[in-house]
Amino acid sequence: MSKTDRRSLFRLGAAFGAIATAASTGARAATIAPPADDPWSNALGAGVDSRPYGRPSRFEKNVIRRYVPWLSPTKDADASFTPLQDHHGIITPNGLFFERYHSGRPSIDPKHYRLMISGRVKRPLLLTLDQLMRYPSVSRIHFIECPANGATEWPAAQLNSLQFTHGMIGCAEWTGVRLSTLLDEAGLLPDSRWVLASGSDGAHMDRSLPMVKCLDDCIIAWGQNGEAIRPEQGYPVRLVVPGWQGNVNVKWLRQLQVGSEPWITREETSEYSELLGDGKSLGFTWAMNAKSVITFPCPEKKLTGGPGFYQIHGLAWSGNGRVRHVDVSLDGGVNYHRATLDGPVLSRCLTRFTFNWRWDGKPALIQSRVTDETGYVQPTIRQKHKFWGRDPVYENNSIQTWQVLADGTVNNVQLS
Amino acid sequence: MAAAGMVAAVAIARAGDAPAPSYDGIVPAATLKVWRDLGTGNGALSRYKPATPPGHYAIGTTPTPQQIAGWTIAVPPDGANLPPGSGTVAAGEKLFSSDCAMCHGGFGEGAHGYPALAGGVGSLAGTAPQKTVGSYWPYATTLWDYINRAMPFYAPHTLKPAQVYALTAFILNLNGIVTGKFVADAQSVPRVKMPNRDSFNWKDPRPVTHNIACMKDCAPAGSVRITSSAAKMGLTPRTTGPVDDMKGSGK
Repeated sequence: MSKTDRRSLFRLGAAFGAIATAASTGARAATIAPPADDPWSNALGAGVDSRPYGRPSRFEKNVIRRYVPWLSPTKDADASFTPLQDHHGIITPNGLFFERYHSGRPSIDPKHYRLMISGRVKRPLLLTLDQLMRYPSVSRIHFIECPANGATEWPAAQLNSLQFTHGMIGCAEWTGVRLSTLLDEAGLLPDSRWVLASGSDGAHMDRSLPMVKCLDDCIIAWGQNGEAIRPEQGYPVRLVVPGWQGNVNVKWLRQLQVGSEPWITREETSEYSELLGDGKSLGFTWAMNAKSVITFPCPEKKLTGGPGFYQIHGLAWSGNGRVRHVDVSLDGGVNYHRATLDGPVLSRCLTRFTFNWRWDGKPALIQSRVTDETGYVQPTIRQKHKFWGRDPVYENNSIQTWQVLADGTVNNVQLS
Repeated sequence: MAAAGMVAAVAIARAGDAPAPSYDGIVPAATLKVWRDLGTGNGALSRYKPATPPGHYAIGTTPTPQQIAGWTIAVPPDGANLPPGSGTVAAGEKLFSSDCAMCHGGFGEGAHGYPALAGGVGSLAGTAPQKTVGSYWPYATTLWDYINRAMPFYAPHTLKPAQVYALTAFILNLNGIVTGKFVADAQSVPRVKMPNRDSFNWKDPRPVTHNIACMKDCAPAGSVRITSSAAKMGLTPRTTGPVDDMKGSGK
C-alpha cells in the first residue's frame, strides 16, 4: 500500500468514527452499563494530530481556577484559587496554579527579555534569556503560598469551600539557575546585604530580600513542571524563594538590585506586613509556617456512598523544612490519630497524607494537624487569635475543621 | 568548580557597622541594626564562600550606566536615587483631582473598593483598623516610590518627577503630616517623619503561637462547640459550572 493510500484509509476511518458516534449517542444513552459497549468503544478515536497541546478531558471542565468576586475591585490586582478539591498528588498542574497579580499579567516577548544584576556588586550583569539559560541549572520541587491564603477565615468560617479557604497555594518543579550562582558571578561587596527583586509588570512589583536567603536556596526559574513557566507564573523568568510567602517569588523578574539596606517598598509596608491586635505591626514575616488541610472529604467533595470505608486524604507543608508527621482528628480535636505520609517528603514542598476511615454514618468533625521538622505544631484558630487579634489578613495557618453531616454533606466550621 | 578554592571568600558585612550617615535622623539606629542583622543572618554571611569568582562563566554583558539608571528606580528610606525636581501641595491637589480621585476619592478616602490614602490615624488597635498612608506607612519615600512605580494604575510610568513630588506633597498634606506650604523634593521627602514609623517590629518574632501535638483526651469530652459555619453565610462563589462572578446575587 502506498503512503497516500494509507493516509486516505486513516481519514476514512476517522470519518466513519464520527458518524458512528453521532448515530449511537442518543439510542445507547439509556443503556450505558456493562457489559454493553459505550459509543466511544464502537468507534475509532481521535488521532495524534487532533490535539498538539493536550488538555484535560471535557468532563473535567469544572476543575478550574476560580476567584472571589467581592475580594478586590479589579481583576488585575486580585487572586484566583487552585481547585485543591481535585488536586491529586503534590504537583499542581500548570493551568490550575493559583494567580496573584499586583498590576495584571504582562505578555512578555522572550526575545526582548533582559535580566539585570546591578547595585552593590563588582561586575553588573545584563543577560538575555538564552544567556541566562547557559548557566549551570538545578530543578527543585517547592510550594508557593500567598500569605493571605485563608484570610477570609480569620474572624469566622465564611467560605464553604476548600478551593476558596486554602487554594492560594500551588506546588511545582522549578528549573533554573541558583541565585547564588549569579550573585557569585557578579561578585558581592562587603556591604552587599540585601537584594531588591523587581518585575516587568506595570507596577514593577518589588520586594527586598536578605542576602543570606538569596545565597541559600533561591532559584531564578524558567521551567515549571517540565515546560516554560506559564505567563500567570512569571514567563519567561520568576524568582523562587523556597518556603517564603508567595509575593517575594517575584514574577516576570527583570532586575536584581544589590544594596546595603532594605528598600521598604509598598509591598513590604502597606501590603504583606502584619497588623496585630494591639496596633503594632510585624514588618518582615517571610517564612510560611506549617499548615495542613484535608482535601477529601471537603465541602466540594461530600461522602456520597453512605457509611463505610473512606480514605481521608490531604496535604501538609512547611516553609521551614520537611513535614515530620500529620495527625487526624474525627471528633473536633479531642483525640488525634497518626496519618500516613504518602509519597516523597521534601523540604518546603507539599506532602500528601492519608488516613483510612470506616465512617459509621454519624456526624463528625474532622481535622488535620501537621508537625514540621522544627517541632512546630499547627495551631488552632483560637490560639492564633490570641496574638494576631480577630481579623488580621495574613498567615492564617490554623487547623481546619470540616463538619461531616449524617447525609454526607461537608461544611466549613470553626470550633470553640 | 576548580577555581573556587583559589579565590578568597568575599568578606561581607561587619557586624556592628555604624549607621550610614544618610540614615541619621531618618531610620532609628536600632531599626537599622535589625535590618543589617536580617540581611547577614546575624553575621553568618561573613562565612559565605562563593563557589566561583566574579566573571567565572563570562556569559552576558556589562550593562551601561544608562541602562542601569533606566531600570534603577527604587527609592529607599534615605531618599537615595530620588531625582531632581520638586512639587507643591497645590500642584498635587490639581493633579490628584484629575488623575487619582476617581479611585481614591476627592479627599483620599477611597472609592469603589480602591484603597483609602488618608485617615484612620488612631484606628489600628481598634476593631476596624484603617491602614492608610497616614495611619500606617512608616516611610514617606515609599509613597514617592510607589506613585512613580505604579500609578496611575491604568497608565503606569507616565508621571514626571515633578508630578510625583507634587502628589507626594498633597497626600502627605491630606493626612495632616505636612502643612500646605510643604514642598516635596529629594531633601524634604526622606525627612518627613511618618506617625506610625516606630510601630513596626522588623525582626520576625514568629513562631509566636505554639500548639502541642496532643493525641488523646486533648479537650474535655463534650466541650467542643461549633462557633461559626460557612454553610449559611451566602458568601461562597459556585465551585462548579462556569466561573461565578456572583453578579445578580447582590454580593
